Amino acid sequence: MKGVAGFLRRIGAMIRKEFIQLMRDRVSFAAMVSIPLLQLILFGYAINTTPRHLPTAVLAYDNSALTRSILAAIENTKYFSITRHPVNEAEAEHLLRSGQVLFVVEIPAGFERAVRRGESPALLVSADATDPVASTSALAALGRLVETSVRRERFNLDDAPEGSGLEKAPPPFEFRTHPRYNPAAVTQLNIVPGLLGTILTMTMLIFTALSVTREIERGTMETLLAMPIRPVEIMVGKIAPYVMVGAMQAAMILGAAVLLFNVPVVGNLALLTVLTGLFILTNLSIGYTFSTLAQNQLQAVQMTFMYFLPNILLSGFMFPFAGMPVWAQWVAETLPLTHYLRMVRGILLKGATSADLVQDILGLAIIMLVAMVIAVKRFRQTLD
Amino acid sequence: MNAPAGAAGGVPSARHRAPDYAIDVRGLSKSFGTNQVVRNLSMQVKRGQIYGFLGPNGSGKTTTIRMLCGLLTPDQGTGTCLGLDILTQGRAIRRHVGYMTQKFSLYADLSVRENLEFVARIYGVPHADEAAREAIVALGLEGRERQLAGDLSGGWKQRLALGACILPQPKLLLLDEPTAGVDPKARREFWAQIHDLAAGGVTVLVSTHYMDEAERCHEIAYIAYGELLAQGTVESVVTASALHMWRVTGPDPAALTRELMETPGIELVAPFGTSVHVGGRDRAALDIAIARFAGREELVWRPDRASLEDVFIDLINRSRDNFR
Repeated sequence: MKGVAGFLRRIGAMIRKEFIQLMRDRVSFAAMVSIPLLQLILFGYAINTTPRHLPTAVLAYDNSALTRSILAAIENTKYFSITRHPVNEAEAEHLLRSGQVLFVVEIPAGFERAVRRGESPALLVSADATDPVASTSALAALGRLVETSVRRERFNLDDAPEGSGLEKAPPPFEFRTHPRYNPAAVTQLNIVPGLLGTILTMTMLIFTALSVTREIERGTMETLLAMPIRPVEIMVGKIAPYVMVGAMQAAMILGAAVLLFNVPVVGNLALLTVLTGLFILTNLSIGYTFSTLAQNQLQAVQMTFMYFLPNILLSGFMFPFAGMPVWAQWVAETLPLTHYLRMVRGILLKGATSADLVQDILGLAIIMLVAMVIAVKRFRQTLD
Repeated sequence: MNAPAGAAGGVPSARHRAPDYAIDVRGLSKSFGTNQVVRNLSMQVKRGQIYGFLGPNGSGKTTTIRMLCGLLTPDQGTGTCLGLDILTQGRAIRRHVGYMTQKFSLYADLSVRENLEFVARIYGVPHADEAAREAIVALGLEGRERQLAGDLSGGWKQRLALGACILPQPKLLLLDEPTAGVDPKARREFWAQIHDLAAGGVTVLVSTHYMDEAERCHEIAYIAYGELLAQGTVESVVTASALHMWRVTGPDPAALTRELMETPGIELVAPFGTSVHVGGRDRAALDIAIARFAGREELVWRPDRASLEDVFIDLINRSRDNFR
């Protein structure tokens, strides 16, 4: 009995000590509470693999009662949300390449007349098929749902008497869908370029987040601060090597993407290089900010992980961006990966130009500036 | 660094202002939250002196040193280090100050040579690799320059840390408990080197717990509870304490110590092996107290000289009373 009592007493002492340490490490405690909450909210509310209300542009060369009811029927499917009305094809093309819309519906001139004449004209629907998950179910809904509803409303065909033959009449018009950029719906074409951004985010953040905390933990920071070197010089000196590491990683992933996964390079590689550099710098600045906030290396890793989670889930890497509720989209706009994914997919698959990506370039640059200012401000020259 | 040639990189001539003080600070105070760590501290250290900085743990020594080299900003007070304002010219001060932290803080995962070269390059020492090589020879670390600094023994780490401190040829050395945990032989060599440096014109401020080290300093300062309690040469500090001491030897020093502590008029009791150190500042009261033990023939009383340790214990006892 005495042995058992001792056994329990020692275990009790150990448990007590662990709890005290656990409660004292606030960041660990915060991670324990916030990671499950974060996952619940993100997976539960934000993520939707059969996305609805996808942004759609309408290029209407014919404005008639019929086309209006077709557009209404398209929106009624809930899959589409008409957000843009471009005036010409060039503008429609830009919207598609920059990722502002996922679909362009083109109504040819004289459409209604052609229907009345029974010519069964075509509505052209171009889809951004880079992410097959986002576009496939919406496209499938088009023909069926829209046709039935327009038929019912405009031609009252459902009221046609049985056997009159009218309910089996040929459709008055047809949808001609054109899945662009990834017509074969190959998942890798979407995932592999995305991986470039994800891997860079992870490695760049971890390395820099550890770099300053390591110095503080080992006590070398005090000596460093007592030397005639400026905080900005320390920061640049610490970040520069990782820019090179990041560039090397990017080249490696890109090479593998092209050689192993047959990812096309439709756009300008030089533009991609410049923007990848911008993205790497942004991540390094954020990692550096974390390292000035964390008290030790463990906290730095925990912070990085907590930051990485929404990046993966909300940026459009794993799940369609357009399918998320508006609040989640706004959160995602503050994450560098969201912007970079549009850039890398846009350039590699769609041939996007800097003019197409100007919003994301600005977004990324703003995030980088904010992170850099915080990092420099947070990093103190003194131990105060 | 684009100042005119006269001042470029050098300490501006401070002839018109406290000429012979390397450190001249007045009224320094520093608090962390509600805890006041340093109170109204003033001190002057002459150029080329070895200045011992003594005091118990947590008395504010490290905080004071950090304020001197600009790592901490004082809440109150002003002063100069090497003639440069500690509040506004921190960067210029750092160029000419070597600061050795209490904990070994070179890069454990860099080799001896790599550490020294790094320091040389940060300070802009010309021909950094050559300077590092010379430092290695001077340190007696030839053949071990490729060893990682973290793998060195305690004594060698301390040597290397000092070597890195003096590599950029500072005019002022701030050493925070440099000999803690170092064996007596290494300590002796360390102090020989400090005296060499001082002879060469370097001012050295060194904090320590060891009384024998205090006696190797030209001047000392004693700090407790954030306040400077005594300052001057060892001799003057002892004299200023006005302590009268006796050494009493007897068969049961432990019982005797307890008994002496109860006796009014005796302010200081410290057992030393088989004898007990007894003292007080009021000579008459002390004599009356000792007269009570006159009948005890087993006790041998001898007048003694106050040691530095006696003085410090007395100071700390009295300052503690003040703060209660």
